Amino acid sequence: MSTQSLTPKDLARYARHITIPEFGVEGQTKLKNSSVLVIGSGGLGSPVLLYLAAAGIGKIGIVDFDVVDESNLQRQVLFTVDDIGKSKSETAKKRLLGLNPNLDITVYNTRFTSENALDLVKDYDIVADGTDNFPTRYLVNDACVLAGKVNVYASIFRFEGQVSVFNYELKDGTRGPNYRDMFPEPPPPGLVPNCAEGGVLGVLPGIIGSMQACEVIKVLTGVGEPLVGRLFLLDAASFHTRTLKVNKSPDTKIEKLIDYEMFCGILPPSAESENLVKEISVQDLKGLEEAKEDFQLIDVREPFEYDIANLGAELIPLSSVLEKIAKISKDKKVVIHCKSGARSAKAIKQLQDEQQFDNLYNLKGGILAYAREIDHSLQTY
Amino acid sequence: MAKIIIPTPLRKFAQNNSTFEAAGKTVKEAVADLINAHSDIGKHILDDDKNIRSFIRIYVGEDDINSLKKEETEVTADTVISIVPAIAGGSI
Repeated sequence: MSTQSLTPKDLARYARHITIPEFGVEGQTKLKNSSVLVIGSGGLGSPVLLYLAAAGIGKIGIVDFDVVDESNLQRQVLFTVDDIGKSKSETAKKRLLGLNPNLDITVYNTRFTSENALDLVKDYDIVADGTDNFPTRYLVNDACVLAGKVNVYASIFRFEGQVSVFNYELKDGTRGPNYRDMFPEPPPPGLVPNCAEGGVLGVLPGIIGSMQACEVIKVLTGVGEPLVGRLFLLDAASFHTRTLKVNKSPDTKIEKLIDYEMFCGILPPSAESENLVKEISVQDLKGLEEAKEDFQLIDVREPFEYDIANLGAELIPLSSVLEKIAKISKDKKVVIHCKSGARSAKAIKQLQDEQQFDNLYNLKGGILAYAREIDHSLQTY
Repeated sequence: MAKIIIPTPLRKFAQNNSTFEAAGKTVKEAVADLINAHSDIGKHILDDDKNIRSFIRIYVGEDDINSLKKEETEVTADTVISIVPAIAGGSI
């Protein structure tokens, strides 16, 4: 591809960049001729995409299969209420072109998988990882290593954020550390909840995602010192920051893409049912209600969630399940639910393993599934 | 005493404290002191063989203890020990 030079309009639009001595026309020209694949257009992806578009990255790819939900608007500032229900990636493209119509933006309204990862990354200079789960993070990392692409990494949880630049090409032609050098293996499922379960301060991905965009720009232009071999940590609650060294590990060997769900210990549905947590579908729960069956319905969410929407269940938050065990019947069917099924499964396992309950059923998909399939009037969040 | 910074995902096992003043002359002793005070946190930092779990990094200052003397890395009253777990939030 031939190098595109800056037009007079570019020089005017990006004058504030060009005025910076270390940046200049050369830096801006590099951005115009660069391409970035942004995986995830949510909490992190929103500021990353906005600032990369504003900066004039010539070609941007957006990978996201999700649609906009109202609960996203607490932090995903790419979207508005008019976008609820619409494709995130398509909506993001429209918004970015409104900010900067001079860009080439390609949308991939699909999951990032082992089957398509290498094909997707190969056409881009750099990847920005804004995903939300461990299997995809390891996939992004491994795909970048195999494809020889820099992976600008960021992640968040509640008040904490992390940023680093992985797989950077060093002066001697070797590559800097990558994600697996830091974390060879993921935590077991359930230990580190995702943001839907653990929560996240809405502005935090704005801060961390903006830093992520900054690192992308630094890598592409050669300006400044990107976070290579370093991990930046922010605790926004205490405003405590640390920058820690990341070293390469001789044990890291990435030879091919694998089954990342299995790697992260996320069992397929058939294996999970063998994991002794009985399930009940929302349709069958509705059936029990209509048949006026004698059963108990328990909700293990937090009180504020119950106030958003509830199924009329008895509220026993997860943290107090053992304390209020006398309220849980052992004599009839007990259906336990939460928002999407994870916390209720945890409660059931605990009650079964520690208190010998054998009459418990997890509501598959939680209240979100009930709202989606049975009662559309229920507020989702 | 050395200060251990407890990351957010593990704070629920340490009575929601973000730091812990740890006795001990080495990282091993300091972490043992933390686990002694908050037993629930132990299984999330160490595996059954008492090795640091692979999704956890432990730092003294800015240095990974694996690049120093691992759990035998000395600590002093001024030492800041960081426990850094993998976190994955971003899109949700």
